[in-house]
Amino acid sequence: MGILDSIPHVHAVPSHRPWPRAVVTEAGWQAAIDRLVEGGLTLLGFWGEPTAVHMAMLDGSSAEIAVVTYACPAGTFPSVASRHPPALRLERTIHDLFGLVPDAADDLRPDLRPWLDHDAWGRSYPLSGRNASRDAQPYRFLPAEGEALHQVAVGPVHAGIIEPGHFRFSANGEHVVRLEQWLGYTHKGIESLMQGADLEAAAKLANRTSGDSAVAYAFAFARAAEAALDIQVPRRANYLRALMAELERLANHFGDIGAICNDASFALMHAQTGILRERTLRAADIAFGHRLMMDVVVPGGVARDIAPDGLPALRMLLAEINKVFPRLIELYDNTASLQDRTVTTGVVKADYVRQFGAGGYVGRASGRDFDARRTLAYAPYDHLSFEVPVLDMGDVNARVWIRIREVEQSVELIAQILGLMEPGEIRTAPPAGRGGCEGLALTEAFRGDVLAWLRLDGELRVERCHLRDASWFQWPLLETAIEGNIIADFPLCNKSFNCSYSGADL
Amino acid sequence: MRKTLLESLTHGSLTEPAPAPDASALAELAAKVDRAAQARLGRSLAIREVDAGSCNGCELEIHALSNAFYDVERFGLRFVASPRHADVLLVTGPVTRNMRQALERTYNATPDPKWVVAVGGCAIDGGIFRGSYACVGGVSETIPVDLHIKGCPPSPTDLLRGLLALLEHVSAKR
Repeated sequence: MGILDSIPHVHAVPSHRPWPRAVVTEAGWQAAIDRLVEGGLTLLGFWGEPTAVHMAMLDGSSAEIAVVTYACPAGTFPSVASRHPPALRLERTIHDLFGLVPDAADDLRPDLRPWLDHDAWGRSYPLSGRNASRDAQPYRFLPAEGEALHQVAVGPVHAGIIEPGHFRFSANGEHVVRLEQWLGYTHKGIESLMQGADLEAAAKLANRTSGDSAVAYAFAFARAAEAALDIQVPRRANYLRALMAELERLANHFGDIGAICNDASFALMHAQTGILRERTLRAADIAFGHRLMMDVVVPGGVARDIAPDGLPALRMLLAEINKVFPRLIELYDNTASLQDRTVTTGVVKADYVRQFGAGGYVGRASGRDFDARRTLAYAPYDHLSFEVPVLDMGDVNARVWIRIREVEQSVELIAQILGLMEPGEIRTAPPAGRGGCEGLALTEAFRGDVLAWLRLDGELRVERCHLRDASWFQWPLLETAIEGNIIADFPLCNKSFNCSYSGADL
Repeated sequence: MRKTLLESLTHGSLTEPAPAPDASALAELAAKVDRAAQARLGRSLAIREVDAGSCNGCELEIHALSNAFYDVERFGLRFVASPRHADVLLVTGPVTRNMRQALERTYNATPDPKWVVAVGGCAIDGGIFRGSYACVGGVSETIPVDLHIKGCPPSPTDLLRGLLALLEHVSAKR
């Protein structure tokens, strides 16, 4: 049974690919929320337009996706967040950008505090297309009450070389009673810049939505555009894309494993994984001409083939990783003082990762067996064999181990791809003049699934594009993971999540 | 662990020779840096990094400066945790409007003499985010900038060239 069979809808939109999008009335919208609340469906994305809101949902058991759309000409829509908390930040974002108001019964009044809007843009509801202004009030953090509680305010400028965001801790002595995040500091207005951009310019923006996941974003954006235009990508291009995606995963996992250990003051691991990360980026630079491989994945295929000396560089990289990495795993596993910090620290409950549909190592370390590469089996992963590691401890240690196992899988995948790649075309030209069409795609970035949705106009310009980082559904879980832990362990917990600020601030 | 440590001691160093300082960066600095201020610094600079809304690509490469291949600390360049300890602000991003005030405050919290290095295409003029309702544009539209390092993101070698140019300039004028 398809997702839309159980959701009453008015009609399905014909040009939306590869999964259906249906326009629903309030009954259908509430039915969709019912399915999310029951846990039968997982919320994949929730975004706005000036007079409509869209929800993408996943049926994990059938690997099926559907989008429902609620038209709101009067500027209101039935609140999702008041019934399904994972939608909360997305709902506040829709209100900030489009001025649409979520509606709910009085006892379920939706949280309408600003999320991205810090009253600094000089205007309100920038994507609404109208000139409305909002009553600006000082931001109010949620209360934490009790004897001897104190607050610690951190950020937006942090002590390390990291992205800006604000963390408000309420603590009792050392113990964190509540953490509340307030993000949006890196909001660049990517969705507005996308509007009217041609495919090339829009792909550049997608690459720079979260720089550490440039390949994954470019991959998701390209696949959404290709789905909309209904074009096939040459086989070789698919392999090259996956090759870059796995290199990106390697580089980030190496960086993260080291950085997590470094936050437990174990600098040796940081130094060693730093070397592997640098070697990975150098190999990427030789093979694809850019250390972070930005702007190589483009709609229709890839912009350039692998350089002739790229192949030997990648083989040398794999040999080096195979030589050094097992010893580093042993080092991690046998250092009791390090494990003392990571084991049982920052536990994320399995119920929460299911409810929030948390992807990547955050979900997989707490028992959520989902990886877009396998569940949705997009090309070329449908032709590659790999395992998806899943653990259920849900602590910092489990998130380290998921990364370690994924490094091993990525090394295997790269070796497979190098063996399978055959000479051939690397790009399909987009067809000229295909009328308004829509596409949706999910790719697996190193930190979890990236969703890209777009609508193209008749001249292949982006009419509307929404990119959803895995972090949207991971950040809130960090608030739960730190509860009851000590403030001194926050950097460790935070690093084990390594959520994107830029990716979620857009 | 012992084996890994011993090997690090016996094997040759990975650290690479320093690249030549960037000539155009030197010229830019020569025009800007106040002569009197330089006498007060040794051949050592404390750097505070400020992300003013970057995509985090620049941060990755700035991080790489500390790995075994580039090892910036050998030049007396150190990343510090507070602007109060800093001589140099290394600023990335198109300065989002939501970060503008934090950037100004960080600048004001940095003691004189101080230098500002704008890193990456966005920090120069807003890059591909220029024109957005949410971005101010280049760093120099918010605080005075002494040196720009180009690139999207600049490679660690580009960063090192720029920072060495700054360091050379500062110590040459002592």
